[in-house]
Amino acid sequence: MLQKTATEIRKSIITSLTEAKSGHLGGSLGLADFFTALYFSVLNHDPQNPGWAGRDRVILSIGHVAPVLYATLAHAGYFPVDELNTLRKLGTRLQGHPGRDHGLPGIELSAGSLGQGLSVAIGMAIAAKMDHRSHRIYCLHGDGELQEGSIWEAAMAASHHKLGNLTAIIDRNGLQIDGNTEKVMRLEPLADKWKSFGWNVISCDGHDFISIITALNNAAHSGDVPSVIIAKTMMGKGIPEIENDYRWHGKVPTSAQSALFLRHLEGNNNL
Amino acid sequence: MTNYSNKGDKSTRAGFGEGLLEAGSRNSNVVCLGADITASVGCNLFADAFPDRFFSMGIAEQNCMGVAAGLALEGKIPVFSTYGVFAALRAADQIRVSVCYNNVHVVIGGAHAGVSVGPDGATHQALEDMAMMRVLPNMTVISPCDATQTRLATMAAIEQCKGPVYLRFGREPMPDFTSGDLPFEIGKAQILLPGNDLTIIATGHMVWEALQAAEILFHSGIQARVINMHTIKPIDREAIIHAAMETMAIVTAEEHQVNGGLGSAVAEVVVQHNPVPMAMVGMADCFGESGDPRLLMKKFGLTAAAIVEAAKILRSKDKCRWDIRSETT
Repeated sequence: MLQKTATEIRKSIITSLTEAKSGHLGGSLGLADFFTALYFSVLNHDPQNPGWAGRDRVILSIGHVAPVLYATLAHAGYFPVDELNTLRKLGTRLQGHPGRDHGLPGIELSAGSLGQGLSVAIGMAIAAKMDHRSHRIYCLHGDGELQEGSIWEAAMAASHHKLGNLTAIIDRNGLQIDGNTEKVMRLEPLADKWKSFGWNVISCDGHDFISIITALNNAAHSGDVPSVIIAKTMMGKGIPEIENDYRWHGKVPTSAQSALFLRHLEGNNNL
Repeated sequence: MTNYSNKGDKSTRAGFGEGLLEAGSRNSNVVCLGADITASVGCNLFADAFPDRFFSMGIAEQNCMGVAAGLALEGKIPVFSTYGVFAALRAADQIRVSVCYNNVHVVIGGAHAGVSVGPDGATHQALEDMAMMRVLPNMTVISPCDATQTRLATMAAIEQCKGPVYLRFGREPMPDFTSGDLPFEIGKAQILLPGNDLTIIATGHMVWEALQAAEILFHSGIQARVINMHTIKPIDREAIIHAAMETMAIVTAEEHQVNGGLGSAVAEVVVQHNPVPMAMVGMADCFGESGDPRLLMKKFGLTAAAIVEAAKILRSKDKCRWDIRSETT
């Protein structure tokens, strides 16, 4: 069931980006499984009532993978799937990077300048604690994004303020625009870095639903310690032609490529 | 001739602290964030009174600004005060995206404005903050003239604004001359002295200097209108246009770079509606330095004497216009 949903989300990502003629395909496809598990199995939310005060909050610190968020929200019922074809076009609610001012249901934060989401998530987590509310705050990060210094300011603050209601998620695909993260600016030993900042560190296979759901559930039981899930993913996952190829970070398929990719996913669905 | 007298020197940061405490007492949603210099930026009164609503964030302004945005998204009214240089410049991208683009009600206290910060020198004297903040969509920029007004302005920023606010104030005790009864309305300039020969539009500490300048000019037979432009954005266009039409010359005065600050903001209105000669008193595209606050203000031409000088030059440059006007009136 989750696999089928993830495939539908991948198809929507490909069609919406092909239609938009610009955007970020690789990272969006790589997060499709994680978003499927998060929204369809773990998250406490109500697509019919997106402003419900008791909802879990999801912050997309890496705004450039908006296509996976939009496709997931549409398939979860926040807005019609057809609207995905307006991505990045003039007048759309589906901005290139999420913009709350355009009124798309399910968008918690206008974001896209890297390194800012975790701080906002901390503010939300502090507010929830002050008001004794039990919802959780999830914040999605890229691995390259962790090179921003503000992330580590936030990492210090979250454990200092004992924000056990906060879960950061790192899309650890090992790639950024200039290439391999370890060549551009070394991140390893990544788990040790977070541990030393006082976080509960959980690793998972970002393409295995059981592994993702287990990680998310474990994160919710860390007492007053914030959790970070390092999700090992593959950029472009699901489309062999582009998997693990950093050149697909900010590239979109031609119509012919798009048709090929979609046929590939249809084939998966019929397995 | 002026009706304003100094009730005693008092720092505008003290006024900020009092306003924050008062607003915090009235509304339990008001929270305060600290970046290590809590007492220095006027937040200690609040932190002592409401320890459960004060959050220490360490020397990490970028994170702190984002945290403020998150608190505001959840219905809190966060007040984050730090030195204006660090708030407006180091955390500028967080202010732009997390605060302004999300259009959330975060009150940013920009402390240590101007060269009157004194001995700490150039690194700690905020001289570009108004320029940085006033170009951001959704942002309100307030620069009150004395401690009494800063208290009122702080309460207004917390209780009346809906979106982002940058509130600027200084470190040193300076003349405290307005009455607590003088109503403070965001975006509504105050005409402190009437006059039709020229207008001095000033903000922050320079308002007191403008009043002294008007006194000197009065003895030279020039009746200057003095406007306290306590809100830099949205700026009171009506007050500026009236000043341009009725007095035909404007001198602006600010403890800030003349590029991009009050002078620029006034000029933007003047040139589009009723161009008249202008002179701008402020920092002339340079950094400050260490020294006694008063001596620094003198060195950089941020005094009543400098305003008088600018006014006289302005009049002599445009003598023909005044001569014609004198003949017809």
